[in-house]
Amino acid sequence: MSENKQAPRAAVGSSTTSPGSDNNDIRRRGFFRWLALGWLAFAAATGGFFIVIIRFLYPNVLFEPPQTFKIGFPDEFSPNSVDTRFKKKHNAWVVRDDESIFALSTTCTHLGCTPNWLLTENKFKCPCHGSGFRITGINFEGPAPRPLERFKIGLLDDGQILVDKTKSYKWEKGEWENKDSFLKV
Amino acid sequence: MEKPDNKKPLLERMGESQVWKSIIRSGVPRTRRQRMHAILGSVFLHLHPARLPKHAVKVGYTWCMGGLSFFLFVNLTITGILLMFYYRPTVEYAFTDIIDLAEQVPLGIMRELHRWTAHAMVLIVWLHMVRVFMTGSYKPPREFNWGVGVILMTLTLLLSFTGYLLPWDQLAIWAVTVGSNMARATPFLGHEGPGAALLAIGDINLIHVGSDVRFALLGGRFVGEATLLRFYVLHCIGIPFIAMIFMAVHFWRIRKDGGISGPL
Repeated sequence: MSENKQAPRAAVGSSTTSPGSDNNDIRRRGFFRWLALGWLAFAAATGGFFIVIIRFLYPNVLFEPPQTFKIGFPDEFSPNSVDTRFKKKHNAWVVRDDESIFALSTTCTHLGCTPNWLLTENKFKCPCHGSGFRITGINFEGPAPRPLERFKIGLLDDGQILVDKTKSYKWEKGEWENKDSFLKV
Repeated sequence: MEKPDNKKPLLERMGESQVWKSIIRSGVPRTRRQRMHAILGSVFLHLHPARLPKHAVKVGYTWCMGGLSFFLFVNLTITGILLMFYYRPTVEYAFTDIIDLAEQVPLGIMRELHRWTAHAMVLIVWLHMVRVFMTGSYKPPREFNWGVGVILMTLTLLLSFTGYLLPWDQLAIWAVTVGSNMARATPFLGHEGPGAALLAIGDINLIHVGSDVRFALLGGRFVGEATLLRFYVLHCIGIPFIAMIFMAVHFWRIRKDGGISGPL
C-alpha cells in the first residue's frame, strides 16, 4: 500500500525538483507579491459579499399591516365603550370615554401578552398572569407595573381618525397630557 | 504571569500569546517540522498537504477545476441558505417569492447569483472530468476516486434538476414533468419499464402509475404541490448532505492516492 502511495510522488519528484531548477520561473519575491495580491483580492471579495449578506437580511418590503391606519369617523364610536375591531390586525383598542377618543396598545406592560376586554367586568384582563387594566388603560391588579401605552391619534382633513403606532405615549411619564395622545370629542 | 516584552515586534508577541496558542495550538513555526505540525494541527489547513509538490501550482495542468467546483459549491450553499430566508416552497407563494427576490428583496441579485453559480458549477464539474480524463488521472491508484467523482457529478446534476422546479413557473413544471417521465421507464420499478408487467399477482399489477418509483419521487401522479415540497427538501438538505459526504471522501482520497496529479 505504501508503495502505491509513493509511486506517483516519486515519478513527479524526479522531473520537477532537480537541484538546478530552484531559480527557474517563480522567485520568492514574485511569489509573495502574487500571494499578497491574491489574499487582498480574496479579502475584498469576501468583505464585499459579507456586506451584501448583511443588507440582504433587511427586507425592503414588509408583508405586515401598516403602522398608520384610518379607523373611521368620531361619531362611529359610542361613549364609554371599547372598540375591539382593530385588535387582531393592528394590535390596538379604540376607547371612547366621556370627553375623548384614544387608541390603547394591546401589549400587556408585564411581559407582552395580549389582554382581553371583558365587557361585563369593565376591564382589560391579561390571560397570562392576570394583570388587569381599567378602561382608561390604568393598571389596578396583577403584576403589570404600569398602564397600557396609548398610540398617537388625530383627525384627518376628511374627518376620519388616523392612528399612528410609530409614536406611543406613556402615562407614567405624563405623556397622556400630550394633545396627540387623545382626540377631544 | 510573564510581562509582555515590548521590544519584540507585535506579530511575534501575538504568536506567543495564550489566545493565539489556544487557537493555533503551536507557536510561530520556525523549522520545517514546526511548519508541518502547524498545518496538520488545524482542521482547515490539514485539508492541504503539509508540503506542496512544485507542479501543483501549475494551473495550466489542473485548470484548478476541482478547487473551482468546490468554491462554487460553497457559494451555492451560502446563497442558497440566504434564499431560504425569503422563499416559501408552496404553490401559493413559490412563484411570487421568486419575483419578489428580484424586485423587492434588497439588491435583487441573490437568486441570480445562485442561478448563475449553479450553471457555472455544472459546466466546471464537466470540465473537471474532461481534465481528469485527458491527463489520465483516473488511472491507478486513483480509480476509486474517479468513481467517487462520477457520483459527485451525478449529484451535481440532480441538484441542478431539483433546483429547476423551485421557481414554479411553466418552464419549471413542464421541464420536471418531462424529466421525471424518464422514471416511468425504470426497469421493474417504473410502470412503463421493462419487467414491470412481470410483477403481478394474477390480473393485478403491483407496479402501476400510483405505486411506481416516479410516484415516490413526485409524491403524486403528476408534478404538484407535493413534488414542489419534495424537490425543495431534496435540493436544500438531502442531496447536499450526500454530496458533502462524498466530497469529504473525494478530497481525502486525493491526498491518500499520492496528492494532486501532475505531469509524469
